[in-house]
Amino acid sequence: MTATMTTTKPRRTRRFNPDRDVEEWHGEYEPYDLVMEFIIAFVVVAVLVAGLSVIFSSPDDTPVTVQSWSTSNPVDFAQTAITELDGTSAIATYGPPYNNTAGASQSIIGISPESVLGVHHPIDTANDYVLGPLSTLPNRPDLHAAVARYTSASAAQQSAWTTAYEKAVGNATSTNGALTVPRGAYGPVGPIIGSLTSMARTGALDGALLSSRQFYGTDYTKPLLFIANGAYLADLAQGQHLSGNQWGMMNETGNFPGQAWLWLYTLWYQVPPMNSSPNADLQVWAIMMVLTLGLVLLPFIPGLRSIPRWSRVYRLIWRQHYKDLAAGSS
Amino acid sequence: MSIDTETPVAVADRPEDAGQLSAKLRHAAVGALPPERLMPDRQPAYVASWIYVFGVLTLAALAVVILTGVVLAVMGPSWWHVSTTGLFVNSLHLWSVEVFFFTMIIHLWGKFFMAAWRGRRRATWITGVVSFVVSVGAAFTGYLSQQNFDSQWISTQAKDGINASGAGAIFNVTNFGQMLMWHIVLLPLVVVLLVGVHVLLVRLRGVVPPFAPPADKPGDPVAAPVATVAAGTDPTGPDGPIGEQS
Repeated sequence: MTATMTTTKPRRTRRFNPDRDVEEWHGEYEPYDLVMEFIIAFVVVAVLVAGLSVIFSSPDDTPVTVQSWSTSNPVDFAQTAITELDGTSAIATYGPPYNNTAGASQSIIGISPESVLGVHHPIDTANDYVLGPLSTLPNRPDLHAAVARYTSASAAQQSAWTTAYEKAVGNATSTNGALTVPRGAYGPVGPIIGSLTSMARTGALDGALLSSRQFYGTDYTKPLLFIANGAYLADLAQGQHLSGNQWGMMNETGNFPGQAWLWLYTLWYQVPPMNSSPNADLQVWAIMMVLTLGLVLLPFIPGLRSIPRWSRVYRLIWRQHYKDLAAGSS
Repeated sequence: MSIDTETPVAVADRPEDAGQLSAKLRHAAVGALPPERLMPDRQPAYVASWIYVFGVLTLAALAVVILTGVVLAVMGPSWWHVSTTGLFVNSLHLWSVEVFFFTMIIHLWGKFFMAAWRGRRRATWITGVVSFVVSVGAAFTGYLSQQNFDSQWISTQAKDGINASGAGAIFNVTNFGQMLMWHIVLLPLVVVLLVGVHVLLVRLRGVVPPFAPPADKPGDPVAAPVATVAAGTDPTGPDGPIGEQS
């Protein structure tokens, strides 16, 4: 085989840059059936995928519901519920896009995108997760009286009750799924959280959290964030090697490969300062945006675009071509 | 009864119709990508490496992803949770996505080490990389749309990154309905469009030629003495002179 590279008469002068320009190919052309290549590739991929599906199938672990959570671990449920009522849960103090908690937003070099865009999915944890659902229960005058007593109390009184309950529920136990909380001066909070736990165990709370203005609903934001506030979901995830410090974002339940292509995104969470930074999410996003932009614009970046030529890996890729050239010139 | 013996081509090429936008568009398209370039039966002799296979393997995997996704869409999002056949189709969908990314990443690295952006092929590189990035989003929303424990965990973890970026204001990863729409409509549409443009650009510009062979000093192509190049010309293919970036 012979290959010749020539140039045409230049119309304007510009220094040839081997990392940007190419020379015309005047060598041989070989028969190459693109359609047949695609057909063969499709059959190979289809057979490979079918084989992997038969052998490994795909994971489908049952989702957690508020009912299954409160039934399996009513103590964790009650401990989470009281933080929703007193406004100290992770979501209650999250900031945008859920609420306006001051100082909660992540920022980098003084810029906080979530603060700029503000609240778009408002969540009032006390009303959305506790008081509102309880108000839907019929024929519960005692409960409604407890709720009225709580809501009409001063903020200081409410805080005293919820603080007392949080302390008591820290030593709560469950027997056959029934919650037992040590006595304390928590006033109406006891029946409120107790009733919410009972409601959750019947499955009624799942429906109450999903209820929207229209009959059909597909937004699971509220129940998902409520469940995620507890330790139950995280404990299950830990057992499935899905936690953040286990490179969880790229993993999948079971021994499936998951989103392995997210390895670089997940990597940044494992290294300082991101592994302990309160702004870790925004920092990782910023890093990934810069790297992605760099990859997109690689052909324009001097130095980086020369790496392929310096690395000489292309010698391996086109080894037959260079062998033919050497044979032709000798 | 009279029979019109004019062929459609003859009708289309009437001089009085040359000013039509349709005619102009057709001429521009055929001029840029004549059939022999759009679907060539020969390739330069240097296209002789296994690395070239990964581009077409990526396309084949994407075809399987879309076909299996269409079946899942036809049967509805809950089908695969309750049907053995549905679980198998979901498995085909999952593993074709894994193969798609595996082959695409090898294809991308192969093109990187070929410096495949050379010779007015920057747009080909850019559409390829953007296709990869959008595909990551398409796969991600697929994981969020599974309606199982995996999607619950991923969505509640991913919300922090998405929210911190500000995107959470409109892209709510805990909203199943929204994520499903992104997964089965918006992102596949963008991926297919980008891949289509990418493939057309490959056909338009051709496969990037090798670096000139190294000179005496390792790492320095002998092409360096070429000091000037033609401007505004097509870089590759049987009728294309030298390529350059404007």
